[in-house]
Amino acid sequence: MKKLSARRRHPLAAVVVLLLALAATGGLYAAFAPAGKAQADETSQSLTIKEGKKLYAVGCASCHGTGGQGSSDGPSLVGVGAAAVDFQVGTGRMPAATSQGAQVPSKKNIYTQAQIDQLAAYIASLGAGPSVPTKQQYGPEGADIAKGGELFRTNCAQCHNFTGKGGALTKGKYAPSLEGVAPKHIYEAMQTGPQNMPSFPDTTMSEKNKKDIIAYLNAVNGSQTENPGGLELGGLGPVTEGLFAWIFGLGALIAVAVWVAARTAKAKKS
Amino acid sequence: MSSQDIPEENLPAEQDHAHGAVGVADEENPFADPGLPPHEHRIQDIDERAARRSERMVALLFTVSMLATIGFIVSYLVIPNDKSIFVFPIGHISAMNFALGLTLGVALFCIGAGAVHWARTLMSDVEVADERHAIAASPEVRAKVHADFKLGAKESALGRRKLIRNTMFGALALVPLSGVMLLGGLGPAPGTKLRHTMWAKGKRLVNMNTNEPLRPEDVAVGSLTFAMPDGLEETQEDFQNEIAKAALMIVRLQPNNIKDKRELDWSHEGIVAFSKICTHVGCPISLYEQQTHHVLCPCHQSTFDLSDGARVIFGPAGHALPQLRIGVDSEGYLQALGDFEEPVGPAFWERG
Amino acid sequence: MSTAPNEESRSRGKAPAGERIADWADGRLGIYSLAKANMRKIFPDHWSFMLGEVCMYSFIIIILTGVYLTLFFHPSMNEVEYHGSYVPLQGQLMSEAFSSTLHISFDVRGGLLIRQIHHWAALIFLAGMFVHMMRVFFTGAFRKPREINWLFGFLLFVLGMFTGFTGYSLPDDLLSGTGVRFTEGAILSMPIVGTYISMFLFGGEFPGHDFVARFYSIHILLLPGIMLGLMVAHLILVFYHKHTQFAGPGKSEKNVVGMPLLPVYMAKAGGFFFLVFGVIAAIAAVAQINPIWAMGPYRPDQVSTGAQPDWYMGFAEGLVRYMPGWEINFWGHTLVLGVFIPLVLFGLVLAAIAVYPFIESWVTGDKSEHHILDRPRNAPTRTAFGVAWVTVYMVGLVGGGNDLFATHFHLSINAVTWFVRISFFAGPVIAFIVTKRICLGLQRRDHDKVLHGRETGIIKRLPHGEFIEIHEPLSQEQLHTLTSHHQYEPAEIGPTVDENGVERKVTASEKLRVKLSNAYYGEDNQIPKPTVEEYKEITSGHGHH
Repeated sequence: MKKLSARRRHPLAAVVVLLLALAATGGLYAAFAPAGKAQADETSQSLTIKEGKKLYAVGCASCHGTGGQGSSDGPSLVGVGAAAVDFQVGTGRMPAATSQGAQVPSKKNIYTQAQIDQLAAYIASLGAGPSVPTKQQYGPEGADIAKGGELFRTNCAQCHNFTGKGGALTKGKYAPSLEGVAPKHIYEAMQTGPQNMPSFPDTTMSEKNKKDIIAYLNAVNGSQTENPGGLELGGLGPVTEGLFAWIFGLGALIAVAVWVAARTAKAKKS
Repeated sequence: MSSQDIPEENLPAEQDHAHGAVGVADEENPFADPGLPPHEHRIQDIDERAARRSERMVALLFTVSMLATIGFIVSYLVIPNDKSIFVFPIGHISAMNFALGLTLGVALFCIGAGAVHWARTLMSDVEVADERHAIAASPEVRAKVHADFKLGAKESALGRRKLIRNTMFGALALVPLSGVMLLGGLGPAPGTKLRHTMWAKGKRLVNMNTNEPLRPEDVAVGSLTFAMPDGLEETQEDFQNEIAKAALMIVRLQPNNIKDKRELDWSHEGIVAFSKICTHVGCPISLYEQQTHHVLCPCHQSTFDLSDGARVIFGPAGHALPQLRIGVDSEGYLQALGDFEEPVGPAFWERG
Repeated sequence: MSTAPNEESRSRGKAPAGERIADWADGRLGIYSLAKANMRKIFPDHWSFMLGEVCMYSFIIIILTGVYLTLFFHPSMNEVEYHGSYVPLQGQLMSEAFSSTLHISFDVRGGLLIRQIHHWAALIFLAGMFVHMMRVFFTGAFRKPREINWLFGFLLFVLGMFTGFTGYSLPDDLLSGTGVRFTEGAILSMPIVGTYISMFLFGGEFPGHDFVARFYSIHILLLPGIMLGLMVAHLILVFYHKHTQFAGPGKSEKNVVGMPLLPVYMAKAGGFFFLVFGVIAAIAAVAQINPIWAMGPYRPDQVSTGAQPDWYMGFAEGLVRYMPGWEINFWGHTLVLGVFIPLVLFGLVLAAIAVYPFIESWVTGDKSEHHILDRPRNAPTRTAFGVAWVTVYMVGLVGGGNDLFATHFHLSINAVTWFVRISFFAGPVIAFIVTKRICLGLQRRDHDKVLHGRETGIIKRLPHGEFIEIHEPLSQEQLHTLTSHHQYEPAEIGPTVDENGVERKVTASEKLRVKLSNAYYGEDNQIPKPTVEEYKEITSGHGHH
């Protein structure tokens, strides 16, 4: 205590106090601000849309236009539906960085689920589109994993690899890995066809088909998936296997050969 | 003799041998071969304790191998075949595979390591020179062989009796043809098999996901659908052969986005049906980018533009993907208006 | 040590059992004469001389595990419904080949391990052969009298590639089926005979019902049978020629220095077999290979991205991937250059390395035997050619994995393909020039080392203030090792007029030979090794300092 009071008059004391005050204010704002918006949860549908519109004006309108009509920087959002918003914002793809490469990557999501729901409600109000799927639609109950595998190999594996490890598309674009992607987002991606991915609407790929596919993915690329043979080596097939065989297989054998052929330590004459 | 005597007994003899091999130091030619350097002893050669340590090491390795083999047998008998274990950092793996592989690996490796350690530390390490001898025979042997051959050839009279020689060569040359003829049974002649698929006028396009015939309103812009001809069942004997040619990729474009006139003519309200089989070497090509309308082949990266007659825009494919002409039947289902007009899949000599 | 009378009584009366069996066998097989020549045969010690053993042992491991796999594998393409223990494929239609491979992987105890050992050993076998071949190439071990053995080895490598490929295709999974489809497309591209060969190979249209059974007999009988024969011949020639050795004191073209087969090499080489087997078994315990259950059964209308063959076919895959799509139509025929050129190039690139020994011996005109190995730097043109060849091969491998390079290095697949296209032409040229310069630089360094000694790193100040680094003269052993290599003189076009004054025509091949010889051994293409006179002059000069 004594020490503190002694330093009170230090020339830098004011600066320190100012910094502490700023940090405290920022921290308090961070703690309370989202909570304040989350209250919108309990209000009526129209209020949700209103809140969503506000969020839209701040985070989305600069590219997609003030009324979601689209601009040179972003496509029209009329009719894309709530599912598209839930996918794009929920996986962190939207809002996109201003300078993007060949495609918009997924990144850390900066909105709460409640905010995403508000945004989705607002976009859905602009024109009819696929709605956010319910847990019953993408949950594992009643799914046929084997049928899902067959569907996955017909519709998905060509871009996303046998077990959803991802793959290359043209000119720097890519089909992302499906590892750790929430079932809901996979369902929404099939429904809405984000970016260059084609959509697989219910008219050509039934709800049951989608459920089966998600169940298959969970079986072969989930956190509990067994790779009986050992290291998966990325699940990418012969390229990584070949590298492994060269580096660890032949590499180990050459190391052994060096030992076999090396001269044994000689007794030093002294 | 006791093992203790070995080093002492060997020491002088080896050193003599080594000294004997050293060449005479050459004042005239400093680059001359000085001969094998004198042999130096290993620790194990002069220190019996070190040799004992080596011996124990070898025995230990062989013992570990025995234990590992026992471990293998026990693992084989005890571990359930479907047991999964988590091994950091490998992940969830088969306990059986892991246990059997490691025990077998250790059992084998230790035998090898023991043998090599034994050879390196306890067996003689005196380098010995072995003489080489010319591979080619001496002139006398050469002359003898030539003479023998000429004698044999003369006695056979092969050169003189031309009739025998010529008919024998003829017979030997013809007889393998029987074998070649038998290879004919390997497969049929190509005929026009590669030119036709199962598609024909009036065949409905059946969605591969749902096994239901497709209607135009099912196919949305930006979506991707795969279809097969009506009447093809997965359980059919020739399913694989038929689907290898008939597999179809269906997308819907805005009609004003279609740049190729024939493509537009053969489409139905912007719905276009292309062969799913790459024209390069036949991979099922279907990496469809709905914004660029490009399809990429995952095997060799041929890229086709579906909005421009599926023209090749990159990669090793030599020609566009064949398009199937489609329309709608009286009940409102999408149907083919004929077979593909050109062979699907990889190009071949007779394709033209 | 036992006394003489004792030994005599032994051989007469109760000789040890082993001796009696050997006597029995010798009377029928003549094994003593064989053993006399070989039992104490000398083998030189060097790790790179064991690369061939890696190949031989992995081949034996492949045969052992392969025989086990045939006990359970059904080479049939009959469609069956799967009801084994792997859940995500329950009820799926698949060929018996695929379902029996699933059975081996999940229901046969230890089956998965044997499958994985078999496949890992195959990858290592091919990698081992590649490295072994490069060792032989870069040290000039292919020179007379070993050219035929070089060809045997080359054939083993090529046959190994096709044996591997047919084996990889047997499970009839989605990945290997895609590879077989590619093979069919490549065969179809052959002018005139392509469609017939394809129909004959597949028993009709692709995929048909026959190829698994046919590939099976090729994979387990035809090709390995030939390979086994070639390998035995390869080994017999190694024994017959006796092993090559690196230059060094006491080593000459007339001898081979090392340790005897019995006991040292028996223990080392025999032990090495167990080491190789042990390492591969351990790899099969910890690393998964070719998980066909994750890929699913083959269907010609399904595919996965990242469809690649095993690494040894990656070079061919690369050639196909970066070739532009050329196709010529004329008189009702199609010439599919986009596929056929890579097919031809594949053969040509392999042939280039196979025939190299004959080209070099033609250029040098050297008819003598070579048992002392070259250091790569002392044959700069050969080394540069070898590195250029390896570069072409590696460019092919990169091209074959272009999609994975694109995704993992965040590049455009088109850019990777273009990079590879350019590298195919520029890469080997750059590699050739750079390698040759490095070799010549190393030759210069050896030259200086011989004449001026080894740099000790000790700086000394002379009385008049000059600083010099002390160079320590080399021992005679080192001097000999660094100067014992043979240097060829560049060939010249002989007299164009013979002794009778008649003019002789200089053939084009002679001109070419002289040109090549100058490119190999001309003034700027090798550094003349120091002569005894130079050495003496310099060393005596040092004495005067």
